[in-house]
Amino acid sequence: MNTLETINAGIEKRYKREKRFRLYGQISIATGILFLFFLLGTTVLNGISAFQQTYIALEIVLDTDQFDTDEDGDIRPESLATANYNGIIRESLKARFPDVKKRKDKKALYSILSSGAVYDFRDTVVKNPQMIGTTQTIWLLADDEVDMYVKGKISADIPEKNRRIKDNTIAWVEQLRADKDVEKRFNSIFFSAGDSREPEQSGIRGAIMGSFYTIVVAMLLSFPIGVAAAIYLEEFAPRNRLTGLIEVNINNLAAVPSIIFGLLGLAIFINYFGLPRSIPLVGGMVLALMTLPTIIISSRAALAAVPPSIREAALGVGASQIQTVLHHTMPLALPGMLTGTIIGLARALGETAPLLVIGMVAFIVDIPGSPLEPSTALPVQVYLWADSPERAFVERTSAAIMVLLMFLVAINGLIVILRNKLERRW
Amino acid sequence: MNTATSYDKQIIENDDPMENPDFKTVGTTTVSDPAMTCRGVNVFYADKQAIFDVSIDVGKNEVLSMIGPSGCGKSTLLRCLNRMNDTIDICKVEGEIKLEGENIYEQNLDVVLLRARVGMVFQKPNPFPKSVYDNVAYGVNLHGLATDKAHLDELVEKSLTNAGLWNEVKDRLHQPGTGLSGGQQQRLCIARAIAISPEIILMDEPCSALDPIATAKIEELIDELSKQYSICIVTHSMQQAARVSQRTAYFHLGKLIEVGPTDDIFTNPVHKLTEGYITGRFG
Ligand SMILES: Nc1ncnc2c1ncn2[C@@H]1O[C@H](COP(=O)(O)OP(=O)(O)OP(=O)(O)O)[C@@H](O)[C@H]1O
Ligand SMILES: [Mg+2]
Repeated sequence: MNTLETINAGIEKRYKREKRFRLYGQISIATGILFLFFLLGTTVLNGISAFQQTYIALEIVLDTDQFDTDEDGDIRPESLATANYNGIIRESLKARFPDVKKRKDKKALYSILSSGAVYDFRDTVVKNPQMIGTTQTIWLLADDEVDMYVKGKISADIPEKNRRIKDNTIAWVEQLRADKDVEKRFNSIFFSAGDSREPEQSGIRGAIMGSFYTIVVAMLLSFPIGVAAAIYLEEFAPRNRLTGLIEVNINNLAAVPSIIFGLLGLAIFINYFGLPRSIPLVGGMVLALMTLPTIIISSRAALAAVPPSIREAALGVGASQIQTVLHHTMPLALPGMLTGTIIGLARALGETAPLLVIGMVAFIVDIPGSPLEPSTALPVQVYLWADSPERAFVERTSAAIMVLLMFLVAINGLIVILRNKLERRW
Repeated sequence: MNTATSYDKQIIENDDPMENPDFKTVGTTTVSDPAMTCRGVNVFYADKQAIFDVSIDVGKNEVLSMIGPSGCGKSTLLRCLNRMNDTIDICKVEGEIKLEGENIYEQNLDVVLLRARVGMVFQKPNPFPKSVYDNVAYGVNLHGLATDKAHLDELVEKSLTNAGLWNEVKDRLHQPGTGLSGGQQQRLCIARAIAISPEIILMDEPCSALDPIATAKIEELIDELSKQYSICIVTHSMQQAARVSQRTAYFHLGKLIEVGPTDDIFTNPVHKLTEGYITGRFG
């Protein structure tokens, strides 16, 4: 057998093996995509309904008697806020369903609306006092169980004792529905409210702002420190045992579980320096610590990837070492540095464990106005809602995940744009 | 002694520099009007010695070429002359290197100033990833040599003209320097070096990445530049050394074997190693 024949004999086997390997690769990618679609699919299917909320229309008689009047018969402005709106709504519900007589049934009837509906109603009247003395059709926020039923998340076929929404409530909702007095509207509360015990009144605004402040603090701390450390280690530090040790430790830190950083933050920032718990400032500092190794490592890699000939060129025309770095090496390494920073911060944005440890897991209704006010963060909100028993929090959990993913995609997109811009200069 | 030589000088046969600790460089290492002088220079990379007791002068307005087999320390010595070796942690330089009578390895010497006075052109063209204009203007701005924008423009044009590149790039001054051809890039690097009016230009195999036509252009340029500058060039091409330089130094395994006027070195080498190298027996 000559050489050519030997090669020919083996060549078919080689091609087969190549094909097989390609197939393995395709199978694994397909599996990955499948899982991703499954994950995204279930999240979207579960969560999409949270962007709508059920409202119920009620004919409400706004009798002037309900309000305090002065000598001239005008309504006192202060009584606008203190009138018995609850009673007004109850009256209108009773009028809508005159058959409901028993005390227990009445109570069930009243809870068809959210406990927050009365405040919305009050605000509407305060804003539009000319309504008083007329009869108005007003859309009011429905209770979360009603909302779930209207959205089809709870079936009437389940035995009554196994569901929280009872048969009589369902009958009333169906009656309202038949009269076209039930409507699903865009859920603006979800984007404007903080957390709440009542699912229909809860939103992610507080968590978004908390995450925003946390990430901003983390970025402002970790990017300059990380880049400076990387530049020093890569461009200036002598290569000796000490810097070797530092390098090994930085690499190890990148692999430390995030909860350890949370404990570190708890011990140092909160217990030792006495900073308050639950605030984004501390959260940001902890996440900055967590992100630093990633930023340092990727920035160093980016600096090391700059060809040494550029450094020599700059030094050769008499640039000092720091000028060489600032004028040439760093601009060339910046896209890589930014990528590392964003990867680190994206991870930080989705980080839950360290925030739990430093107390950003509290039930906080108010929307934080600064990094010094207590708040939660998006992933923590997901965690909190996922842990809540109410059926309506299930869709909110998925919706919050969708918002979180959207932010991650947006951040990654931003970085791709930024990087292309910086790179396209040459 | 070997008698089979046709040269009129005697070939030194048995003085192996590696065996003989008292080895002395053949030829005259000094010149009457030196721009730079090296005396007893030893260079170490960590424990490994790369240059052994080298003494040599670089004359004013002369082109000195350094030749020798790969790894003999030409680049190492050249990079000592503007302290580029400072960037290598493990590199230690001993001995005395003077620029206009001033020891450049003195503690308080300003390296930035030294590199402004001793420019360098590297083996691989390494323009900055900036425009042609910015490449040349960078050093000028760095040292504040231009009084205003017009002066800067003038300096850039002059440098590019002197580097023989102006006509080729005058319409694309603001396009990236990295977009030029290899030969153009190398001339751009030369323009960048001469823009800050150094006294000496060091060139480390400036043509090794270029084709013969580009090489010829650079050689012409070196000839032209030697009227104004002192030039020290490392080359692997003996024809190039013969064409562009007035003096030639031959290195072997870190030792300076022989120095002399280029014509003498190539026609009448004295040391056996030099003769072997230029006749192509090894290297
Ligand atoms: N950065 C370095 N670290 C350690 N050793 C080095 C370093 N640079 C050069 N050397 C060693 O010093 C000796 C001289 O190297 P140098 O680069 O000066 O040779 P050269 O004559 O320029 O060779 P070539 O013609 O191939 O460029 C070689 O043995 C080389 O291995
Ligand atoms: Mg070399």
